[in-house]
Amino acid sequence: MTEILPAAGTAEMPFSDVAQRSRAQHLGMWTFLATEILFFGGLFTCYAIYRWHYPEGFAEGSHHLDLMIGTINTGVLLTSSLCVALGDHAIKLGARRTLGWCLAVAWLLGAVFLALKGHEYAVKFHEHLVPGPLFEAQGAHAAEVEMFIFLYFAMTGLHAAHMIAGLGALGWLLWLIARRRPAEALHAPVAMVGLYWHFVDVVWVFLFPLLYLIRR
Amino acid sequence: MNAAGEKTEAGPTRRTLVGVYAALIALLALTVGAAWLPLHAWAVPVALAIAGAKTALVFLFFMQVRYQRGLVPLFAVAGFYWLALIGALTFADYLTRG
Repeated sequence: MTEILPAAGTAEMPFSDVAQRSRAQHLGMWTFLATEILFFGGLFTCYAIYRWHYPEGFAEGSHHLDLMIGTINTGVLLTSSLCVALGDHAIKLGARRTLGWCLAVAWLLGAVFLALKGHEYAVKFHEHLVPGPLFEAQGAHAAEVEMFIFLYFAMTGLHAAHMIAGLGALGWLLWLIARRRPAEALHAPVAMVGLYWHFVDVVWVFLFPLLYLIRR
Repeated sequence: MNAAGEKTEAGPTRRTLVGVYAALIALLALTVGAAWLPLHAWAVPVALAIAGAKTALVFLFFMQVRYQRGLVPLFAVAGFYWLALIGALTFADYLTRG
């Protein structure tokens, strides 16, 4: 990562100029996000198969989830995405302080999301609704509920791991700002981390209705 | 134009970003509200359509695909294309089991 751009518009090899480097960075990040779509997509496909086979069990499993927390968490992530988008807008105008505030709020909202998620997981442990030998459920659809609970933990757990990585990335940006990097040097990192963060938000946008909103 | 007066790529204005956010929150309210409607077989398509609309808004405006030309929009949808292949081939198996 170049510390300071050598001169406006120029870039180091193998890039011909800043615009071309920016295009390459965007395509690289979108390629990575395409692999992420497939990564989560495998779990979504598994979910589709089992929900299709066990609609009753999945509805019952969904009712065990806390809809209020799920809705709040969705709002929290959408707001954090707005903050990151506003931060990207700010740094394009050279406003490093505004960027810093936007990223700090986004980071805090991400932490709130994970805290609420952790609370949900803790409640599930107490209710014995966790995949594995500790699972306990009554009723005709207990095995199907167990499959739903497995997918719930697998999908939201994978998402939470991505959130943690995202918090690390946002933290890195905040560190760059604290180290007084010039605004021009922040454009690309902010854009790339922003793409990742928005993507993780989009994954949750799909997880929420599929897990929390089955036949209420 | 950035603060140094240099030409920068186009991007969404602050107003656009806040407007998109308002639409996202409205769609969130809609998807939660729709969960209580007796949609039966339409419940999943409706939920996916609303999620798809939110995704389109995030992709186009927050991720700025709307403001890019050429390969970026193509790469942005490529992952969904291959995911559609996974889904289609998987369900081609399940749906054709006797």
